[in-house]
This record gives sequence, structure tokens and C-alpha cells, in this order.
Amino acid sequence: MIKAVGKFFSKTSDEWKELIINNAIYIVIFSIIIFIIANEPQFVSIAVFRNILTQSSVRLILAFGVAGIIILQGTDLSLGRSVGFAAVISASLLQRPEYAARFYPEMAQLPLFVPILIAIFVCAFFSAINGWVVAKFQIHPFLATMGMMITLYGILSIYFASGAPGPQPIGGFDVRYTELVIGSTLGIPNLVIFAAVASVLVWILWNKTVFGKNMYAVGGNPEAAKVSGVNVMRTTILVYILAGALYGVGGYLEAARIGSANNGTGFGYELDAIAACVVGGISFSGGIGKVSGAIAGVLMFTIISYGMTFMGMDMNYQYILKGVIIVAAVALDTKKYLKKS
Amino acid sequence: MQSEYVLQIKDVSKSFSGVKVLNSVCLNVRPGTVHSLMGENGAGKSTLMKCLFGIYKQDEGEFHLTGQQYNFTDPKHALENGVSMVHQELNQVTKRTITDNIWLGRYPKKRGFVDEKKMLADTIELFNRLNIHLDPKTRLDKLSVSQKQMVEIAKAVSYDAKIIVLDEPTSSLTDNEVKLLFTIIGVLKEQGVSIIYISHKMDEIFRISDEVTVLRDGNYIGTDKIENLTMEKIVNMMVGRDLEERFPPKTNIPGDVHMSVKNLTTKYPPIVHNVTFDLHRGEILGVAGLVGAGRTEMVEALFGARTRSSGEILIDGKKINNSSPQKAISNRFALLTEERRETGIYPVADITFNSTISNVQSYKNRAGFLIDRKMREDTDKQIKNMRIRTPNRRAKIRSLSGGNQQKVIIGRWLLTNPDILLLDEPTRGIDVGAKFEIYQLIINLAMSGKSVIVVSSEMPELLGITNRILVMSNGFISGIVTTDETSQAEIFNLSAKFLNNNREAEV
Repeated sequence: MIKAVGKFFSKTSDEWKELIINNAIYIVIFSIIIFIIANEPQFVSIAVFRNILTQSSVRLILAFGVAGIIILQGTDLSLGRSVGFAAVISASLLQRPEYAARFYPEMAQLPLFVPILIAIFVCAFFSAINGWVVAKFQIHPFLATMGMMITLYGILSIYFASGAPGPQPIGGFDVRYTELVIGSTLGIPNLVIFAAVASVLVWILWNKTVFGKNMYAVGGNPEAAKVSGVNVMRTTILVYILAGALYGVGGYLEAARIGSANNGTGFGYELDAIAACVVGGISFSGGIGKVSGAIAGVLMFTIISYGMTFMGMDMNYQYILKGVIIVAAVALDTKKYLKKS
Repeated sequence: MQSEYVLQIKDVSKSFSGVKVLNSVCLNVRPGTVHSLMGENGAGKSTLMKCLFGIYKQDEGEFHLTGQQYNFTDPKHALENGVSMVHQELNQVTKRTITDNIWLGRYPKKRGFVDEKKMLADTIELFNRLNIHLDPKTRLDKLSVSQKQMVEIAKAVSYDAKIIVLDEPTSSLTDNEVKLLFTIIGVLKEQGVSIIYISHKMDEIFRISDEVTVLRDGNYIGTDKIENLTMEKIVNMMVGRDLEERFPPKTNIPGDVHMSVKNLTTKYPPIVHNVTFDLHRGEILGVAGLVGAGRTEMVEALFGARTRSSGEILIDGKKINNSSPQKAISNRFALLTEERRETGIYPVADITFNSTISNVQSYKNRAGFLIDRKMREDTDKQIKNMRIRTPNRRAKIRSLSGGNQQKVIIGRWLLTNPDILLLDEPTRGIDVGAKFEIYQLIINLAMSGKSVIVVSSEMPELLGITNRILVMSNGFISGIVTTDETSQAEIFNLSAKFLNNNREAEV
């Protein structure tokens, strides 16, 4: 122990520099928290802690989805619309029987797991198409998923308008559904539990399975993966399917969290998710990224927006700070890998 | 039927767009031996290996593994049948660990998860077998080039390879690392593995080969046991003696000294050391040397594209400072780069754009706008003067043949009206007819009083069109010879002069 501490303090200036660069995100999060606490000491409370974790939960699940795609040197603009679709599907299937403006007036009460499975299936299906298009036609993921983003909005809006009451926000949720999502178990918000389970599952998939290792290999050097016999096409599609499945879960949770859903739900979520990944060190150059990085990235943005609001700071200043942090994080990330080549 | 050879390559031929690059080539490798494959750049060594691995499909000929005919469809297929290759540019996932890279594509599984323990144990066992001392958990980007190479060799061995192809494995290794590599090759031989060894370094060939096969211009020249060979014999087999009538007459007459280069040394590796020479007005000076000798780096340093640590350049006795390509251009230098497709052309732009882009400043009118008419006129003039074969100046440059692309780029530099032309591999990848026209063009330029430096890997080309040849070896000038008084063998010897000497100096 003493030895370890000694080692820690006997680093050369270069080692210090590297340590700081490699852990910049944690240093930034820490500084922000200190800054907020210095201004608003009440920030240190269980309630705040709970709120931050709860608000991060859905974002984290979505970030995990797009993170896999970023590790493949890709990106996914259709995330937001996909989440919206999952939210509208879940909402339309889980309204209270006695609610007046029901999407399906005649429908019996469904078990809670049925809508989430449908949402997962639908999102995974469309995401698989993204993966297939990207792998098969070598179309840049930015463009492929942009096409999907627009297409999905059309399909989603048609479905949204097809309900009995016409195109109006879907609310009046089944209490069991609301309770499942925004309730607590043993004092822990259920959303946080969902996010924790997703973190563990994604960690196992990324680190302990052939699928995960192949994902890193394809992202790091597709050519090397190919000549070693990795099925690049299959790996790519699987990564997109996993992403879609996570969007499905995210959408299901998001509808209940907000309390209603419409065809605009989820709009722009992709940018938040991608920004969190990038800030968390999931590099756009591919092949790099950890579960802990995604968690740190998501937490950082939640802490910023929650903390700044807590301090009563104007929303517009938050945007400026967020924007600067994203670019700074990428610059730092690029620097980290530049020096080695 | 058991054969005495582990690998037999029988009469393999291959053509690319009508040009025969392999002509009935044979190679027979015995088990547990090191078989060196030699030949100049462009002799067909890599093409032959690519055919073996199924990257190219041969037009004729057969491959036999221990007596059985095989046609591999891709490198993976070859690997699974015991044939593997360690490429010059290593194909690895550098952001992952050694273990991950070695077992990539065939991770062991246990109850659905990757069996990390087995992977690690297998890697350690493999490294013990090969006497490699590396921590299998290290990420590849923390390793040196030679260590990465060891990993790649270990990977090849882990497929139970019977044959391992090493393509220029020592080109970026230090002396000690070479020794280590040779130790590993020794271990592999004892275990019955055969090595196909591709290298230009004679001393290495004599140190480790059992047999040598030589190719020249895509032809099979011969195979012999190393005991029966001498360096002279191999060089003669490699370069041949005949120089065909492939070159226009050298009608340029060099005048007095135009440029003097004194003690030019580059700052960053790959370093060229103490380059000193004179270039005469109207002279064509060739630069010879092996891959990695520093030829490109030298011309880049002259052009200001590479930082100098010392040295000076004098033009007509006056010192100039080419500290950047912009300054070099204003000092009337021009550089034609080696990788023209990557760094020379704008493929989707038309000929007008490609011809005028380097000189675009001079087409501005007083208001700062570009005068299209002048650009069109100049382009048409170049197309006519250089006999560029194209429907018109609006054609996209990528629709032209390699030779015509090269002419457009030479034309581009001529529009900047340079005095000193640095041409790096000006005829690479273009056909014989187009080469002749480029040679004529170079000689015409020299006759008009411009001084030309031609870097080339093709010995006949250097002998055919230059007045003098500067030979580089491992970052140093190993000699400057008069073209009419030299021989291919002399240049070859000079090229190898500093190999494996002073290697540590560059680190």
C-alpha cells in the first residue's frame, strides 16, 4: 500500500501528463461537482444524487446502443426516431382501460412485457437494416442512418395518426406500467435498476463474448479482422441489432418516464447519446471504448445540466458549456492517440 | 503420395491488363528449410505470394501442398491449411492486446463466453516454444515494430503453419532484433516449419538461407543451394546483363554546376545523413538505392517537405533556404511525388484543374478572381506539348491511363516554370510505351536547361536515361558514379554498402 502510494507520487512529469490526459473526463466531472458544491452546498444530498442517477438512466441505455456503432467507426442518427417509435408503440399498447382517448379502444390489458418485446423487435429490425446497408454497400453510416432517421419518422407518424383518437399525444398510462418505470424498489429508483442491469449485460457482451471481441477487432482494423476470418458483415449487423434492442428498451422507459408519447418524442436524442460516448472516450476512430466511459460521459452531461439548473444558471449558458466540452473532449481524445503513431 | 517438397509452385503466370507480370514461375520448398526468394523491385515476388494466398487468381499454373493441389480462395483459407504470411505492413488491431490479436477469428469458448484463461495459457505456451519474452496482456500499440512482428510470427505458428512467408521482415529492425528474429527462425526450422524469406539484404540471405530462387521481370531465373552461390552470381541472376532498346538517345549536355547540396541531414527518422553532391545545369542525375535507403526522404528534404537538422543548398553559388514546399516552389523547384495517386492527383477533378492547381496564384486578375481563359489555354498547350491522350481538357483525370496522369502532373509542375525538377519514381505503374514518352520528355527538359533528379527503383531506367547516378544506402550516399562507366553489379554493391552498419545511429 505504502509502496503504491510512493509509486503514485514518484511519477515523472510525462507520466503525470499522460495520467491527466487519460483521466481528463473524471477530473472534469470532479471539478464541476466541486464548483457546484462551492456555490450551492445543498447540492450534497441523497435526493440530488438520486435525481442525477434517475435522469441519466435512459440516456445511458441509449448511449450503450450507439457506443457499439461508434466502436465500429460508425454513428447512428436514427437513434432518436427509433426511440420515439418505441415510445409510441409502448404508449399505445399500455393505456388505462378506463382512459377516454385510447389508441386501441377495444384492446384488453396486456402483460407489461409484451409491449417492450414488440418495441425491442421493431427497433432491432430497423437497426438491422441500417447495419446491413452499411456493411453490404459500404455506405457511410452517417448517410445510411440519416436516411433511416427520415424514413422512420414517416412510418412512426403514420402509425401515430392511425390510432382511434387521431394524431394526438398518447397518455393515460396503465398504472402498473408507470409504477414499473418511475417507482422504486427498496429505495432504489427502478430506472436506475434498469440502467444497472443494462450496464452489466452490455459489459459482459462487450468483454466476455466472441461477439464483443469481434466488434472491437472490426472497429480497430476491419482488414485485419477480415483476414483473420472474422465475419465482418455478421458482426456489423449484430452490433446494430444490439443498438436497436437498447433503443427499444429506452423508448419503452422514456414514454412512462415522461408520462406521454407522440411522434416527436426522442427527437435529437442521438446527439446527446453520441456526445456522451465521445466525451467518455469512445473514439470516432474506432476500436476503442469502455462501458465505464459511456457511464462517465452520460453522468457528466446530467451533472452539468442538473447542477447548472440547481444553481439557477441560464439554460443558454449550459449549451455553450456543453458545446465547448464536446469539442475539447474530442481534441483531447485525438491527442491521446496521435502521440503513439 | 508424399512429396519431397512441402510446397510446389508450378508454372504460375499472371497478367494485369495485358502486361505479363509472372511468366511460368516455379518455386519448390523443402520441409524445414529457409528458401529465399530474390529479385529486384517489380520482379514479381509479391505478386507470386499474392497468388499463393488467393488474393490474386493466377491465369495459369498450380500450387501443390505436400503433393496435393490447392487453390486458396483467401488468406484465411491458406492459414487453415498451414500457409501463412507475415506482411511487410503488419495487419493488426493495434488497440487490442497481444492475446486478442493472436486468437482473433477463432476465440476459444467456454459456456458461450470467451475462455480468457485458455487463451492466455495458450499464448504463454506459444511464446515459450518460440522463446518470445512479451507479456501477452500488453496492448499492441505499446510494442515496437519488431515486437509486433514477433506477435505476427507467433500467430502464424499458432495456426500450425507448415510454411511461413516473411516479406522483408528486417527492413525496420535493429541488429539485435534481427538476431532475435533469426533465432526464432532457427527454432521454427527445427520444428519442421519451412520459411519463404523475401529480402534484399545479401548478408542475411547468406546467413540463413538453405536455397535461393531468383526472379527477374516476372521470369523464373533459377534455384540453387546456397553453398553453390556467391553474391556475384545472385546479382547477375537478379539484374541480368542485357539492356534493351527501351530508351531514347541521351541528347542533353550537362553544363556547369547548378545546385550544390552540402551536408544535408534530416531531423526526424527515417534520417538521411550528410548528403553532399552537385547537380549540373541540364543534367539528369539518377538516385538509386533499395527500398528504405532514404531516396524519397532526400528529395523531400531538398523540397522543404522534410525538416532539416543541418546542411545547405546553393543555387549558382548563392545560398537558398527551402524551409517549406512554398519556399521551394518560389525558388523554382518542383517535386513529382512517388505515390501519385495518393498525393499527386485530384481524381474527380478535370485535367484543367489538375494542371493549374499548383500555379493557381498566377491566374488571378487585379480583382483577385481567376481568369478561366488563361487556365484553359495553358492546359490545352500542355495537352499538346506532352501529347496527353485525352478527349479534351474537361475529362476527369482518373479516366486517363497511369502514364497520361503522370504527364498531366509533370505538366502541372512545368507550368510553375521550375529550374530544378525532382522526379520520384516517375514511371512507376505505367506501361512501356508511355515510359518511353516520359523518358523523352525528361531528356527534352534537360536539353532546355532544366536540371533533373530522377529517383528510381528500376536499374535499367537509371542506366538508360541518366548522366550520373547517386547511390544511397541506409540513409547515406554510398557513391556517385558516371552512368556510362558503371554496371548494374557495381550499383547493387553500393546499394548494399551500409546495410546493417550504423543501424543504431538512426535510432
